[in-house]
Amino acid sequence: MSYYAWPRTLCTDSAMQASAITFRVPEQLSGRVDVLPEGDRSRCELHCEAGQLQELSRWLRRRGFVFVGLIVEQEAERWLLRYVFYPTQRTPESGDSSWVHLLISQPLAQTRFASAIETIPGIDWHEREAEDLFGLVFEGHPKLGDFVLHDDAWQEGVAPMRKEFDAHTAVSHRAPDPHWRPKRIVHAAGAFAMPIGPVYTGVAESAHFLLETVGEDVIRALPRFYYKHRAVEKIAEGRWPEDVLLLAERFNGISAFAHGLAFAQALEAIGETEVPPRARTLRTLLAELERLRHHVGLIHDICESTALTVAASQAAILEEELLRLCGALTGHRYLFGLATCGGLTRDFRDADLSSAVARSGEILRRLTELEIKLIKTSSFLDRLEEVGIITAKEAQAYGLVGPIARASGVARDLRRVQPYATYAQHTFEVPQESEGDGYARLRVLLAEARESTRIISQALSVLPGGPVRAESIACGPGAALGWTEAPLGAAFHWVRLNEEGRVSRYRIIPPSFVNWHAFYLAAEAFAFQDFPIILASFGLSVTENDR
Amino acid sequence: MANWVFSGLRMGVKTTRYPRRADETPGVTPGLPLGRSLTGGEGREVVARCPTGALMTDGDNITIDYRRCVHCFRCARGASDPLPWQGGYQWARAAAPPAQRRQVGVAAEEERTPGQPLGTAFARSLHVRVVDAGDCGACLREVKQLSNPYYNLHRLGFFITPTPRQADVLLVVGPGTDQMRTALEKAYAAMPTPRRVLAVGACALSGGVFGPSFMCSDGIGSIIPVDAEVPGNPPPPLAILHGLLLLAGRAGERREEEGPT
Repeated sequence: MSYYAWPRTLCTDSAMQASAITFRVPEQLSGRVDVLPEGDRSRCELHCEAGQLQELSRWLRRRGFVFVGLIVEQEAERWLLRYVFYPTQRTPESGDSSWVHLLISQPLAQTRFASAIETIPGIDWHEREAEDLFGLVFEGHPKLGDFVLHDDAWQEGVAPMRKEFDAHTAVSHRAPDPHWRPKRIVHAAGAFAMPIGPVYTGVAESAHFLLETVGEDVIRALPRFYYKHRAVEKIAEGRWPEDVLLLAERFNGISAFAHGLAFAQALEAIGETEVPPRARTLRTLLAELERLRHHVGLIHDICESTALTVAASQAAILEEELLRLCGALTGHRYLFGLATCGGLTRDFRDADLSSAVARSGEILRRLTELEIKLIKTSSFLDRLEEVGIITAKEAQAYGLVGPIARASGVARDLRRVQPYATYAQHTFEVPQESEGDGYARLRVLLAEARESTRIISQALSVLPGGPVRAESIACGPGAALGWTEAPLGAAFHWVRLNEEGRVSRYRIIPPSFVNWHAFYLAAEAFAFQDFPIILASFGLSVTENDR
Repeated sequence: MANWVFSGLRMGVKTTRYPRRADETPGVTPGLPLGRSLTGGEGREVVARCPTGALMTDGDNITIDYRRCVHCFRCARGASDPLPWQGGYQWARAAAPPAQRRQVGVAAEEERTPGQPLGTAFARSLHVRVVDAGDCGACLREVKQLSNPYYNLHRLGFFITPTPRQADVLLVVGPGTDQMRTALEKAYAAMPTPRRVLAVGACALSGGVFGPSFMCSDGIGSIIPVDAEVPGNPPPPLAILHGLLLLAGRAGERREEEGPT
């Protein structure tokens, strides 16, 4: 069954609305339009010419659509570039919750594409990644090269994501070039570059930051990632979905449940699997438990970065207690092995759930006590306030997601605009601040921890009985997008299964990939000694970015 | 201005009694599956459910390669005849002898047998450099928990140091990604002798769910020589502590016997 032979049934009301929007753009669009079901929503695929991309993406932006990412697929004879958008505002024009994919297709022999960076600034890293991994060229992109595959260790012309590349063959390397140096931007009297990483400080993820300066202030901050690249998307190809689920959970262990859930939801959308109500509610509960634990961990890191030792210890105590709570309730401290296609792998006794929810409420009470002490500590606030600022305009332009965007006044939350699990049934706030500095990010984290606890107790109070896993789980051929609001922001998993039921394309667009892109904005123009604090208040994950 | 000193004291002592006493608080460990005898076809079904090949049949028994176990719970949940799981965390073991391992990139290796503790001078002053070689964040987070008041590794005389030049132990997490290979080799080469390498987590031990592939090794043992291994995905902080105690020659301090043998 070929991809284009998908059923074109308009199965839901929102699908009808999605089809309605396509009639409003006949003058821009000459290509075909498909409306496909995707879970309980719909996906509107507009096949367009390369020249129409700019105009269409502007048109979508004016209607409140935001850019998710670029998904490159290598078909038998053609490249298929998929530009994914979703509506953040519910207007009659945009439909209720329909996703729009702009598709550009061209023969495999033609590897040159026009860069869309002028109309979609957030596409920058997506194009750089596709250039490195697929060997495509994006004309008009200002900076290609040395991104995923480091120039000092990789052969030129290797494109590992191409189908013909075997993931299990070692590539012959050049010996690392001892004289390789990162490109410098600042050329001035007394200018010097301070390299940090990939191995630095006590316990830190491997990443490299080149800070350029002429003295106190950081003028340019150039991050270099992918030291931890495990090629998750490549090694997933050809594996069975249940084995890829292990990768989806384990590529970023600290938000394993959110990513495992996004992957499982993509599979459920492909197979049109109905998840039992109990499992849907428990998924909400577990996802919020993970967010609570994750945010307490970030608060610990922020306290630690400002050398406020007692507060760091107190936050660490709460983090460890939440880890133990998760371990005692689910069997695993980081919630591995719970999410699965069709529901959850295990059920919980109601008494265990009640006591865990009561414990989490108690932990939140102590977190609030810590917060009260923190906001009275001026030496702590001095390090966070007006440091590492991201403006609302920048957050919009870079398409930032998660707590960082919300601290800059962009209150985007997939739980609200594209609800999954049982979020549509719960009452909760999406915390928002406007300053965009380190303190605003800390306040957002604390407020989100409160909201998580609120959702957890709501989920427990409405928890229905019944099974936790669907009886029949179909995994036919097809492709779908799964999404969750992971602790760090919107996470998207695009999965395509072949006729056999194996994964033929897997693409993760994690929140850290989107947010690291704008990190330099926060680090530049601030002093050297602020750098670790900005790093901690961003709280981004390198492993989530590197995949 | 909050009174941090007073509020810190008011928290009381949270620290575990391990290694003097066993810590059996719920949730300190995910546990590991336990081998048992093969009971006909159902036993084989359990073995076939393991996605990483950690379960094997050996004659009439199911044996478990803990270096490969990634805590997916597939042998415990949903199987018709599930394997029993046990708690425990004293999982650290000496690595396989170097003869069986590939030695790449590191010359002038000093003589030592894997698992051999550092001398008594290090027993109560052990400096550890942590290197992330492609870890998923969970192992690293568990290493970080070692400094929290519940585990407080400083009380044992163990310290995390920012530089390999002052480190006695290189604690490596992650499957050994290709682009971290050079950094890992350099960190190891920068350490003074005597030195030890502690591989932490299923990925560092066997490549876990990621390796071997064109981007990942089958465990960091193929990049630098490993002395001791801590299985788990991620190993709980107490298991990592056990690994450090082993290298400090203090693993015998425990009173109880537990964990896989």
